[in-house]
Amino acid sequence: MEYLNTIFQEVYKIFFLLVPVLVSVAMIVWLDRRVWAFVQKRQGPNVVGPFGLLQSLADALKYIFKEIIIPASSNKVIFILAPIITMTLALIAWAVIPFGEDQVLADINVGILYIFAVSSLGVYGIIMGGWASNSKYPFLGAIRSAAQMVSYEVSIGIIIINVLLCVGSLNLSDIVMAQRDMWFVIPLFPMFVIFFISALAETNRPPFDLPEAEAELVAGYQTEYSGMMYAMFWLGEYANILLMCALGSILFLGGWLSPIDLYPFNIIPALFWLIFKILFLFILFALVKAIVPRYRYDQLMRLGWKIFLPLSLIYVVLTASYLFYFNLLPTN
Amino acid sequence: MIAHAIFFYVFSLIAIVSAIMVTVSKNTVHSVFFLILDFISISCLFIMIGAEFLGMIMLIVYVGAVAVLFLFVVMMLNVAQQKNQWLLSESSSGHIPVGLIISSLIFFELIIVIGGWKYKPDLFNSNNLNKFNEMSNTHSLGQILYTDYVHIFQISGMILLIAMIGAIVLTFRQREGVKKQSYIKQISRERSEGVDVLEVPSNKGVKIDD
Repeated sequence: MEYLNTIFQEVYKIFFLLVPVLVSVAMIVWLDRRVWAFVQKRQGPNVVGPFGLLQSLADALKYIFKEIIIPASSNKVIFILAPIITMTLALIAWAVIPFGEDQVLADINVGILYIFAVSSLGVYGIIMGGWASNSKYPFLGAIRSAAQMVSYEVSIGIIIINVLLCVGSLNLSDIVMAQRDMWFVIPLFPMFVIFFISALAETNRPPFDLPEAEAELVAGYQTEYSGMMYAMFWLGEYANILLMCALGSILFLGGWLSPIDLYPFNIIPALFWLIFKILFLFILFALVKAIVPRYRYDQLMRLGWKIFLPLSLIYVVLTASYLFYFNLLPTN
Repeated sequence: MIAHAIFFYVFSLIAIVSAIMVTVSKNTVHSVFFLILDFISISCLFIMIGAEFLGMIMLIVYVGAVAVLFLFVVMMLNVAQQKNQWLLSESSSGHIPVGLIISSLIFFELIIVIGGWKYKPDLFNSNNLNKFNEMSNTHSLGQILYTDYVHIFQISGMILLIAMIGAIVLTFRQREGVKKQSYIKQISRERSEGVDVLEVPSNKGVKIDD
């Protein structure tokens, strides 16, 4: 009986984490399209529901009722597994994100490593989808995407090391609490910029959306997918983008902490501060999509390996020597 | 405790079955996917015994990077076809004794290590590990790596670096006639270099390709 109780409690918690995440993914797609449209002086989706808010819901309904076409020469098991893996990985990473003091599903010691591991697994959904489609464009897109994600993961890892040097713990709540006096975006500003750009590349967002560059590759690894399976890829992609925004706000923008610990600010609940920060980063993501033209593939690789990697390595040395010289290294 | 046992058996069963499937499955890409499943379930086992840092690093390094490169190679080369040819050909029987010797060597090494640990625990002196019991796994690993074993740690890092440079040097070849784009050249182009304004005399024209 006791086991059943704990199981029900956990299921209840997971349910109340996943449903808001999925709903906000749908809303964020709408926001993305609106921001994109406003930059280009268009209206964007504004017909379905108030301000077009229900547009994503309508799209999702349309996807559900469409036929799922599985190519005859594809590898069927892997073809079906690929979108499932993409979406699962995008959702399970939310388990360790702290939404407030003690408001976290799993407060594990190695939270940041867990997120890093899950996001590095994300490449499998794409590479499996591309290979199993048994077609040229998906395969090329998958190979591009795998190379891109593996390269930018390296620089994200080293940027995380910078933050960890200042915190002395791999726990995400500890990382947030270490920023009570000063957000890490101030001392580590160059790293924040590099993290933002690497997050764009890691989530295949424009200007780094070469895996699905429609001018060259139709739709990249998603070319053969249709109906609900396409929608799952799409949900997974946006859930990943939200996750990267959440990670950026936890690592650099002080997570659920309010900017100043004074009266009008500290009565706003912690959850809202995190949501504000995630939305701020997401609007930046959307603006970049509208403003910047797409990179060429060799430029993308050069940026990752020859510029970001050395820069972040130099910054690790700088941070470590600064902390060591002024005796600020965290001890516990 | 029961839940712990159930999870342990589930993960170890998945690990063993997928390890067998790596060698048995006919499609090479499938065997790489089973290898990945094996890595994942083994890192789950690591996490279950409390070595969460090791488990996560295993996921990041092996599954996130090494297995992706495996998958790349297997997908690009037509390994499946080569494997079938190799299995059918006569020459394959020559490799079987070598493979048997190597695998039995690894098997006996494992037996020695595990047997020694089981029946003679003081063979591996781990007294200095006890003082870290109250710390988290990651902290104690860092404490030990960067104090007692810092030289070995540095040397292993150097060996990996040398191996990486060696691999690059061995496979690098300078090819002739490859057209490359130089960013410096592209950015530093001035109008005066690119555009020539000519006075064109009437009825005579100018010769532009010189």
